[in-house]
Amino acid sequence: MAGCKPQAEPASAGKTIKISIDPVTRVEGHLKAQVTVKNGVVVDARVSGGMYRGFEQILKGRDPRDATQITQRICGVCPTAHATASALALDDAFGVELTDNGRIARNLILGANYLQSHILHFYHLAALDYVNGPDTAPFIPRYKNNDIRVSKKINDVAVEQYLEALEMRRICHEMVALLGGKMPHVQGIVVGGATEIPTREALNAYALRFKKVKEFILNKYVPIVYLLAGPYGDLFKTGVGHKNLVSWGAFPLDSKGNTLLKAGVYTDGKDYDVDPAMIKEYVKYSWFDDSTTGLHPSRGTTKPDANKSGAYSFIKAPRYNGKPHEGGPLARMWAGNPELSKVGRDTLGVKKFREIGDAGFSILGRHVARAEETALVAMAVEEWITQAVPGKETFVPMPIPKNAEGLGMTEAPRGSLLHYVDIKDSVISNYQIISATIWNANPRDDMGQSGPIEEALIGIPVPDVENPVNVGRLIRSYDP
Amino acid sequence: MKDEQQLLENQQEETGVSRRSFLKTVTGTAAGIGISQVLNPALIYALEKGLKKHPVLWIQGQGCTGCSVTLLNSTSPPIADILLKIISLQFNPTVQVSEGEMAMENLYGIAEEYEGRFSLVVEGAIPVAENGKYCIVGEMDHKEISMVDVMKQLGPKAGSVLAVGTCAAYGGIPAAQGNITGATGVMDFFKAEGIKTPVVNIPGCPPHPDWIVGSLVYLLKDGIPKLDGVGRPTLFYGENIHDNCPRVPMYDEGELSNTLSDPKGCRVDLGCKGPETYADCYKRKWNGGLNWCVDNAVCIGCVEPHFPDGVSPFYEPA
Repeated sequence: MAGCKPQAEPASAGKTIKISIDPVTRVEGHLKAQVTVKNGVVVDARVSGGMYRGFEQILKGRDPRDATQITQRICGVCPTAHATASALALDDAFGVELTDNGRIARNLILGANYLQSHILHFYHLAALDYVNGPDTAPFIPRYKNNDIRVSKKINDVAVEQYLEALEMRRICHEMVALLGGKMPHVQGIVVGGATEIPTREALNAYALRFKKVKEFILNKYVPIVYLLAGPYGDLFKTGVGHKNLVSWGAFPLDSKGNTLLKAGVYTDGKDYDVDPAMIKEYVKYSWFDDSTTGLHPSRGTTKPDANKSGAYSFIKAPRYNGKPHEGGPLARMWAGNPELSKVGRDTLGVKKFREIGDAGFSILGRHVARAEETALVAMAVEEWITQAVPGKETFVPMPIPKNAEGLGMTEAPRGSLLHYVDIKDSVISNYQIISATIWNANPRDDMGQSGPIEEALIGIPVPDVENPVNVGRLIRSYDP
Repeated sequence: MKDEQQLLENQQEETGVSRRSFLKTVTGTAAGIGISQVLNPALIYALEKGLKKHPVLWIQGQGCTGCSVTLLNSTSPPIADILLKIISLQFNPTVQVSEGEMAMENLYGIAEEYEGRFSLVVEGAIPVAENGKYCIVGEMDHKEISMVDVMKQLGPKAGSVLAVGTCAAYGGIPAAQGNITGATGVMDFFKAEGIKTPVVNIPGCPPHPDWIVGSLVYLLKDGIPKLDGVGRPTLFYGENIHDNCPRVPMYDEGELSNTLSDPKGCRVDLGCKGPETYADCYKRKWNGGLNWCVDNAVCIGCVEPHFPDGVSPFYEPA
């Protein structure tokens, strides 16, 4: 079976070769990567989102409360994050003040799915770039020369953990369902709070499952990320990107805006507070009408133009303060700069996340950030289980306002998430969503700046153009 | 399939899927469910024999991956057994290792080799507007292949099609009012294209994993299961949620929930679509039988052909 088909015959040194990977698999959605390779290194990259559904158009004219249900269908891996962002936008518009128990119930729902999403991402989406699965579909076919560098023993351990992780992520979904009704797609997060008042029984069932998941995270997931890093040490040095980061913050700890995962912007080596007014979306290279470019989401409109020449993606290009920024666990760990896990401290010889320095901005740095974040969220989930009060109200009923607007900002497991709603005559007149992968997998903007994944692909080693393993490794490190 | 017979014979010991675990799938995972209404010896036989290496090509159109994710939640049998012992999942972009050209060649190669004998699982809607431009599945020989292309090319070659999820079955959310992509379900698409391959609809947003696994197994062993007027197996979609809801005695007593967090009462006044929805959620429940929409909030009718437009607004009162 052929690997990647270069656009020209492999040429002599110094010539450029274009290759295209479509579909990029083990991601959520439809993604294509085109890279130009010169002397065994990527020198140019284009990333395309190949699907459009039109949520923003579909939401128009609907009952605002329906948005928490409809927007979850954007992503079956992280519906709880869309439910959260949507509910926050509606809370803002409706003038809701959450009860403590409502806030904690939402955190327990979102938190359990964070654990699910990060475990799924590492083992079932990314790990197969570093270890070989069994010699049967869906683990074959695979690249002939797939650069697997681990011993058989470690490979066997990883495959065993792949299977155990299937159980763990399913158990995480059970935790979500205990308070959210079912999963994927929860009923439990709505404007006004959470629908199910936790019972002692439900919290015990949640805690029982959590215990297993926590042990798996601390004893298996986090250690194996560092273990795999050993033979792939060079992947700490590649995939830098723009080195600009955004995090809106997630998991409110009180009603004053303190969050577990910290908000913050990091641009050109400096830290800033988040200012939503700095966000604009550009469409010059996206299949949307040019008249809609450069707008803040509150002014944003969505007008597809599927045949626009020069465009190459259905993803718009959001920019913060005019510059491309990366979202996700790396951005959040950079913003919060927490102490690393024990295995992290021992392996890397540093205490806090930022001390990782430039190595954080790399293929493996993003995996380390995600694993460390999983441990951090698990510790917080443990705390919220004890904070939830059985039988205490989680929901505040509020009437639909006639005219109002609302902004909801949170973090999906894979990056920063924003929902904006404008309500006129008690129905949605405009709804704009900037979801996590939009920040990372976007194309060039009107100023010609490439998107974060595009930029991070530059410099990636591709010694064998028919087996471009590092391209997939880089893209999947973002969990798109 | 060269050694089909051999594989059939080896199936039972190699899959290790017990009669008991499959029984749980078809009858519901929650405790205390009567089995009389669905017990079909053929179903049990199906998992014990004859499935190994049955090639499944699972393609994704305009969807959210939620149907692939719900499949991962299968417990009876567990997903690891499904992947390693029961089916040969030759294409599913969410879990497969292969990517790019190699993945597309495998998709088309398997369809060629097993023509008439593979199952095509479709997740997500098929956008027919703009020549299929709104959903590109992949690229072969430097040419983009749309969801429309894949359906036209592989649809007639498949032995059967499972339209998994409401998007694939009826268009679902991508086909809701306001969409411009021409999002279409499989049956309507096949009708327009004159493709005769039988289709089983397994709607739900997403469907329960048992509905997918149970329907697939039935299909492989016994062919098309008995379907209702909108193409769903009556085995899973034959009963009205409200009529069978554990809360219906409360409804009869006039005990209605006041708010979404009210633990007691029937939810009809809050917008529950149980009365117009047909599925066995009320007894099967979700995620290992732990909970379901109506105990948590309301049913939004996600298995119905008119979801979401015909069932919105989801909540009442206005």
